[in-house]
Amino acid sequence: MGHAHESNTKKIWIVLIILTVITGVEVWLGILKPDFLYLSNFLGTSWLNWIFIILTLLKAYFIAWSFMHLEGEKTWFRRAIVWTPIFLICFLVTLLLIEGGYVYDTLGPLVKW
Amino acid sequence: MKSNSAVSSNKKETWSGGGVKPFGASYGKMMMWFFIVSDALTFSGFLAAYGLTRFKFIDSWPIADEVFTHVPFVHGEYPMIYVAIMTFILIVSSVTMVLAVDAGHKMQKNKVAWYMFATIIFGIIFVGSQAWEWNTFIKGSYGAVKTTEGKILQFVNEEGKQIALADFVTSERLDGREQHTKKNGLWFVEEPTIATYSIDQIITSYNAHPEVQVRTELITDQKKKTILSREEGSAQLAKTKLVVEGANLEVNEYGNTIFADFFFFITGFHGFHVITGILINIIIFFNVILGTYEKRGHYEMVEKVGLYWHFVDLVWVFVFTFFYLV
Repeated sequence: MGHAHESNTKKIWIVLIILTVITGVEVWLGILKPDFLYLSNFLGTSWLNWIFIILTLLKAYFIAWSFMHLEGEKTWFRRAIVWTPIFLICFLVTLLLIEGGYVYDTLGPLVKW
Repeated sequence: MKSNSAVSSNKKETWSGGGVKPFGASYGKMMMWFFIVSDALTFSGFLAAYGLTRFKFIDSWPIADEVFTHVPFVHGEYPMIYVAIMTFILIVSSVTMVLAVDAGHKMQKNKVAWYMFATIIFGIIFVGSQAWEWNTFIKGSYGAVKTTEGKILQFVNEEGKQIALADFVTSERLDGREQHTKKNGLWFVEEPTIATYSIDQIITSYNAHPEVQVRTELITDQKKKTILSREEGSAQLAKTKLVVEGANLEVNEYGNTIFADFFFFITGFHGFHVITGILINIIIFFNVILGTYEKRGHYEMVEKVGLYWHFVDLVWVFVFTFFYLV
């Protein structure tokens, strides 16, 4: 506990409001599914999905930084915790999604509908 | 008895690295972070496998807001509403947890206890909602048939809206089957639950109802499921081998079986984390009440379980996105 412990109750409520609003926007878009976002395509998926993913990462940022108090940790401790998994996850997800797309391209045409 | 009681010695710090705190983080807190990092990688592995499978069946994956449409005590279809409420409950439980940690820094014992209590209650509400969600998914809402090719066929009305088997299947079973029971004299005979309707009965009812059409799993350019003409539907129905009601690890009325497998596995694994979190929170809650941390002089333990609890929330944010939104 090397850092100062000032009370930050007000900030906690602000983060709650931010997280609630982001979730609200996600659900609203998910129900509405506007065609120009839903039926579009960018880097393998729709713009709508990209919006969901970006909003999710934003939520994850707020939870980790504010609630888990990463902002108060020492810089290199924080970097070790954050960037190690981010690098490994990006690596794994990229490879597996490419692989999944390949399996579909190869096996998809063999499936009769 | 005196010999049994724990004696605080000046050398006890050797167990936490001699009192040295690398990066200004205590031993326990750092290890909690390392555990969280490894657990995050486990969850990522599962979600990445889900992504691979989804890309593999990209043209026939179930559309989430046609699957999760129910809200308890409310009739009708409200896609995503309930799971949004669940997400909100978990976020609120995270907030009460932060408030408990915050009160801990100020050594306000009663406040810590009350906020921990609130966190536990919200956690229990979340797990209960999850159980309800599972129950609804397992029971299913419409019913479908599975063909010899392993495809799921669902039924829609003239407006293209999905209808339940019960909405159009009438007449007798035609095959005279009944569940084997002891009551009917079948001792030592066991069989899985048989479907409410027989295959012949469904085909007969389909032929008798010209407004009913068959829907396949294939997704069109408009990202809707393909609806077959009456004749094509009839041809597909002739290949029926199984009537499916609900979802389990072997069949799934909503589409790909592996969708159900991943749903049970990933949300189940997350639910297991929530249950563990609740148990740990309860233990710490009682420690707070007993004044353990008051005597210790700091509430760092609350901070550590708080980290775990926020992590559970963090994972849910991703599960919510990849199962219900994307």
